Amino acid sequence: MNLDYSTEEEAFRADVRDFLREKLPASLSEKVRSGRPLDKQDMEQWHAILNAQGWLASHWPVEWGGTGWTVMQRFTFETETAMAHAPRIVHFGLSMLAPVLIRYGSEAQKKQYLPRILDGSDWWCQGFSEPGAGSDLASLKTSAVRDGDVYVVNGQKTWTTLAQYANKIFCLVRTASEGKKQDGISFLLIDMESPGIKVRPIKLLEGDHEVNEVFFTDVRVPVENLVGEEHKGWTYAKYLLTYERTNIAGVGLSMAAFEQLKAVAETLSCDGGLLADDAAFATRMARIEIDLENMKTTNLRVLAATGAGHAPTAQSSMLKIRGTEIRQGLSALMRRAAGRYAQPFILEATAESGDIEPVGPGWAAVAAAQYFNNRKLSIFGGSNEVQREIIAKSILEL
Amino acid sequence: MDFSFGENQQMLADSMARYLADRFTWKDRDNSTGGCSGYSVPVWKGLADLGVIGSWFGEDVGGYGGSPFDIAATFERLGHALVTGPSLATLLAGKILEAAGETVTLGRVIAGETILTFAHERSTDAGGRSVPVTWATKNGNAWTINGAKGVVGYLASANLVLVTAETDQGLSTFLVRADAPGVSIRAYPLIDGGAAGELMMANVDACLVGTAGHADAILRTALAFGLTGVAWEAVGIMDALCASTLDYLRTRRQFGMPIGKFQAIQHRMATVALEVEQARSAAINAAAHFLAVPAQRDRYASAAKYTIGTVGALVAEEAIQMHGGIGMTWELPLSHYAKRLVMLNHVLGDDDYHLARHIALGRAA
Repeated sequence: MNLDYSTEEEAFRADVRDFLREKLPASLSEKVRSGRPLDKQDMEQWHAILNAQGWLASHWPVEWGGTGWTVMQRFTFETETAMAHAPRIVHFGLSMLAPVLIRYGSEAQKKQYLPRILDGSDWWCQGFSEPGAGSDLASLKTSAVRDGDVYVVNGQKTWTTLAQYANKIFCLVRTASEGKKQDGISFLLIDMESPGIKVRPIKLLEGDHEVNEVFFTDVRVPVENLVGEEHKGWTYAKYLLTYERTNIAGVGLSMAAFEQLKAVAETLSCDGGLLADDAAFATRMARIEIDLENMKTTNLRVLAATGAGHAPTAQSSMLKIRGTEIRQGLSALMRRAAGRYAQPFILEATAESGDIEPVGPGWAAVAAAQYFNNRKLSIFGGSNEVQREIIAKSILEL
Repeated sequence: MDFSFGENQQMLADSMARYLADRFTWKDRDNSTGGCSGYSVPVWKGLADLGVIGSWFGEDVGGYGGSPFDIAATFERLGHALVTGPSLATLLAGKILEAAGETVTLGRVIAGETILTFAHERSTDAGGRSVPVTWATKNGNAWTINGAKGVVGYLASANLVLVTAETDQGLSTFLVRADAPGVSIRAYPLIDGGAAGELMMANVDACLVGTAGHADAILRTALAFGLTGVAWEAVGIMDALCASTLDYLRTRRQFGMPIGKFQAIQHRMATVALEVEQARSAAINAAAHFLAVPAQRDRYASAAKYTIGTVGALVAEEAIQMHGGIGMTWELPLSHYAKRLVMLNHVLGDDDYHLARHIALGRAA
């Protein structure tokens, strides 16, 4: 065994670090570091910086503007950007829709949509979950009925992340109700400005507006917006959900969060000493540090095994479960570190226009809100229960 | 043995439950929380009129009870209906007034006419350092206080603040008028819907409560009452979270059946139910051992706080997880119960603190 990075890999890491030092605006990294919400312009700004560098579509084929990076390079890039507190890339167009279009889309769709994803002309959101179709996604009911050269779409999607910013939505819709429920699903591209679409915000428990409900009433969608074949949407969705899972564990995000936690523990007074000297807290930190180091190697092992291809579903499920548990554990520790000062909820302190000073330690203002918001990690993208089912069936063959 | 509340305690708890069901709808809660007040003034007065506040104090000071189980029965109801308001602060500060025989002031608090809060723990500055200790000095017969206290419950609404301060004689307790010259307040909402504030005092006139330098034991007893109250509030919240989660497991259908039919979910819910019973037992223990020697009493109080801290996080997180996305929404009362339950671990010391205290008290005995 040899766990060293190759010379090329180290050189690549140095390039990424140089780029981040030069091009990542401090205004953005400071926002991410302090846990303040990013607005649409922030996300678009970072998107444009990466696109100018040619590093936006790290996993697309070179012919469509991708980087042609190896999985190890992608992992390095994702880890380094997270450690530098760069904004996360909004992945709905780039990492979810684009791979499906590249593999299953028509030439016309690729030519029309891929460049617009790169240059930021289109902001895509994902219309999969419905009120009655969460973990049991295949039971979705939003219908698309063919009427000449359009589909007429009726139904409701939910948990649609950042739909308030999107001008496009890719949807799973029911085009047949007989037979196996997975076989009657199609993959449709819909313009959010179409008549009959209504977006309603969902307020999350910590007050953020991140997700939405999207309602469709007799929305007319041109048939050329069907991706691939009719009734084959489930296959494409499965491909989309297993593609580009190199970063699913969020190792870089956890590494950045751990560094912040350590810095906090080493400055916060606690019983005459520092929080880092508190045996119970130090034990909690050590446990999660060990788990994270283990996770990093597990993640690298999965990458090494898959080589240039994409990670198989079941291993992704392992990375997703433990990766999200670690991230949740880290935000629980930040909340714990805040002590009494986890309670104040000064919205202005968490908002962009924050001119009202937070109370208590500066970082404490968002600790509880982030902890509560991070409960989503084990729910979305296939709940951790669904991931365990996948492991039991696909890896353990139970 | 008998593990039920006494007749009067149960009657009061039942009338609280009826009153809150009637007068404290979810909409009422939503409307009264989130700001710098953080609670419903009419509901607080209504509870006072029912005798809830009085039930926390003895008859010799104008109350109607004052035993740990009086506190248990009422705080459990407050938790179950997720009532915000200065209940814990009133209990803590009130118990100190009670010990000092401050009947007149306490009478107004019991009637819901005076809002009392409790300022004990220090402020922490933006760099994470504790600000200097609050000091009181005596000039002639008058006391003057200087210092700052952090996360003081419902400060913006309070008329009176019971402040702990060091003196030449040792730790002492004082009453400070919230509108006294030299008092400045930075009020803010809390993530669980309640409110608190930072209290800054510069040469503020204060009234000594009890005897200077004798606050340690009285404060410790008050904290034991507070820990018992918080433990029972947590039990009430956990019961409410379990009930709504069970209801969801029975009605939410995925893959053609209620999700509660899946064994993986059943086992997890069974663990939650078991842990909640353990938490209830811890809360019972805290109340039942109140008359033991202080070290023993406080060991049970810390055991209860430790238990509701660890179990509380489990129950809150599992309730959200088993609900899935809907459990993350503001619209559902469940998420607010979960927030309050988790935040109880940020009040009066967390589970790590109380585990260490439990060990230390055991070794000292």
